[in-house]
Amino acid sequence: MLAFIIRRVVQSAIVMLVVALVAFALFRYVGDPINSMVGQETSLADREALRTRLGLNDPFVIQFGRFVGNALQGNFGISYRLQQPVMELILQRLPATLELALVSGLAAFILGVSAGVYTALNRRGVIPSAIMAASLIGVSLPTFLIGILLIWLFAVELQWLPSFGRGDTVTLPGGWVTGFLTSSGRQSLILPAITLGLFQMTLIMRLVRAEMLEVLRTDYIKFARARGLPNRTVHFGHALKNTLVPVITITGLQLGAIIAFAIITETVFQWPGVGALFINSVRAVDVPVMAAYLVLIALIFVIINLIVDLLYYAVDPRLRVERSAARH
Amino acid sequence: MAEPLLSVRNLVVEFPTRRGVLRALDGVSFDIAPGEVLGMVGESGAGKSITGAAIIGLIEPPGRIAGGEVYLAGKRIDNLPPDAMRAIRGKRIGMVFQDPLTSLNPLYTVARQLVETIRTHLDLSEKEARAHAIGLLDRVGIPAAARRIDDYPHHFSGGMRQRVVIALALAAEPELVIADEPTTALDVSVQSQIIDVLKEICAERGASVMLITHDMGVIAETADRVAVLYAGRMAEIGPVRDVILNASHPYTRGLMGSIPTLQQDNDRLVQIPGTMPRLNAIPTGCAFNPRCEHSFEKCRVHAPHLIDVAPHHAAACWLAEEET
Ligand SMILES: Nc1ncnc2c1ncn2[C@@H]1O[C@H](COP(=O)(O)OP(=O)(O)OP(=O)(O)O)[C@@H](O)[C@H]1O
Ligand SMILES: [Mg+2]
Repeated sequence: MLAFIIRRVVQSAIVMLVVALVAFALFRYVGDPINSMVGQETSLADREALRTRLGLNDPFVIQFGRFVGNALQGNFGISYRLQQPVMELILQRLPATLELALVSGLAAFILGVSAGVYTALNRRGVIPSAIMAASLIGVSLPTFLIGILLIWLFAVELQWLPSFGRGDTVTLPGGWVTGFLTSSGRQSLILPAITLGLFQMTLIMRLVRAEMLEVLRTDYIKFARARGLPNRTVHFGHALKNTLVPVITITGLQLGAIIAFAIITETVFQWPGVGALFINSVRAVDVPVMAAYLVLIALIFVIINLIVDLLYYAVDPRLRVERSAARH
Repeated sequence: MAEPLLSVRNLVVEFPTRRGVLRALDGVSFDIAPGEVLGMVGESGAGKSITGAAIIGLIEPPGRIAGGEVYLAGKRIDNLPPDAMRAIRGKRIGMVFQDPLTSLNPLYTVARQLVETIRTHLDLSEKEARAHAIGLLDRVGIPAAARRIDDYPHHFSGGMRQRVVIALALAAEPELVIADEPTTALDVSVQSQIIDVLKEICAERGASVMLITHDMGVIAETADRVAVLYAGRMAEIGPVRDVILNASHPYTRGLMGSIPTLQQDNDRLVQIPGTMPRLNAIPTGCAFNPRCEHSFEKCRVHAPHLIDVAPHHAAACWLAEEET
């Protein structure tokens, strides 16, 4: 078990190093950092002096090493556009994105799994067919369109829910700004969470349904029935657990995707998260922010992957032997 | 014969498909006496597994029992509500499937699967159920059962897994065990051990067995009576010795020719020419008539019913009627 974790952590570190390389190349070679820092009237000599002072003339390896060292300390430089430390900017906006992603991810998982199981167990009937048909819409409509439709219906026509922003927020000790504690914060969360999670929910639902139908055809389910176990045990004790093994991976990746796709949703709903920060930074060619965002998203993916692997390991006993057998 | 434990009467099983209704079983009737081992043989697709599934009430929809009755100890069970049927499965009728590698849930320990089965049917505490489970594993010949019980299925070899499956099927002491090709998926070297374990335990508990197999050799050694299925119909049924030595149905005679032990020259097994018809192309009259070298006009028009050829021995063949 420990060897497995160590191996996965090493792999993750390598992945992060590669991403850091890309981020660094972006930072260093997309445009000239000096140009972005100084005004038009700075002389060439001054520029060259600044270049040397910032270490931009050092060999590539040393520069990259410095970049990684700084990144490890959370230092990604100063935003060209906002003239604030990049890390500070990101940390300010991260709670908004994480809260949004968490709510929509959880909802997508819970609703997706429930609907998937329900439609797998009840294949005939009006409601399951309706859910399946509706899920096609969820898979095929683009995110921004769903967002705009929701805004039009619930914010403009019905005026039930706010159409943009986070509502009132509360700053928790430690600097985490949460929208969970106020009613306007919670209301503001609903439409963006649906927009962000709908695609993932339908995806999870269709996946769970397909996988569950597959599992229900297996011999061990037939044998479980032949042993006289109650349907409840067969469906939720035996079938569901086997269904969830492969679903875990996809769901983990989907959670990563939710955070990455938050860019669109945050733009549509003017949600003050890192996605919106990234879009604005791209517009202003604010390279340090872009590089940091890239590293951050990669880090989130890597962490989720790690957790998924550990979950897999915990759920499926077959993996445990293969590993230990491989060692002998 | 005493009152049969299991009685199957004119069983018809149908599968509606897009291209019409397939009749997988067409009027199958047989009895199993208490403590008796009934062998069931037939080519692939003859309907052996479907017969087992119909008895235990697990035909996969849209397939359904379209006619006939099944009685267990005199009480009709084919029309029971789902919950009543569920209470019979595992408790009064145990089932062993062909492939032990896939019959056990890979994510749960053997202990958990045994205990849940035992506690579904018997009123035991977790601890008592576990002790009972260890006793069962021990009985089916798993060494160090008390330790092995906490292993996962993949820790066991194929033969050991089938022993676990047998322990599961017998957990609640059923009166009838349906074993559907319990050894086909196993190494030849362990096949006879598994059959022996199954037979011994059932004998010591007085349980009846319906043993489905392709293997006439196994039937000859294990069964009291044998039923031969062909294209969803009963071709012949009778005591094993009688059927082997005096098969009346030409199809059975062909099958008997394929028992290596009865045939001196193993290389030249008698093969019946042709193949069993598909369910959507069963000929009128006797289903076997296109392959039968003795067939005559009547065989092509009228389907034969079971005709007694000797005490307790019947064959569905017009030739048998001619002879009697
Ligand atoms: N779900 C189904 N839909 C349609 N036809 C089916 C279905 N299940 C079984 N059948 C048909 O029923 C017939 C009998 O099948 P069954 O599984 O009982 O054969 P078997 O005698 O057990 O053969 P084998 O020795 O290969 O196990 C076959 O012709 C098969 O095609
Ligand atoms: Mg079969």
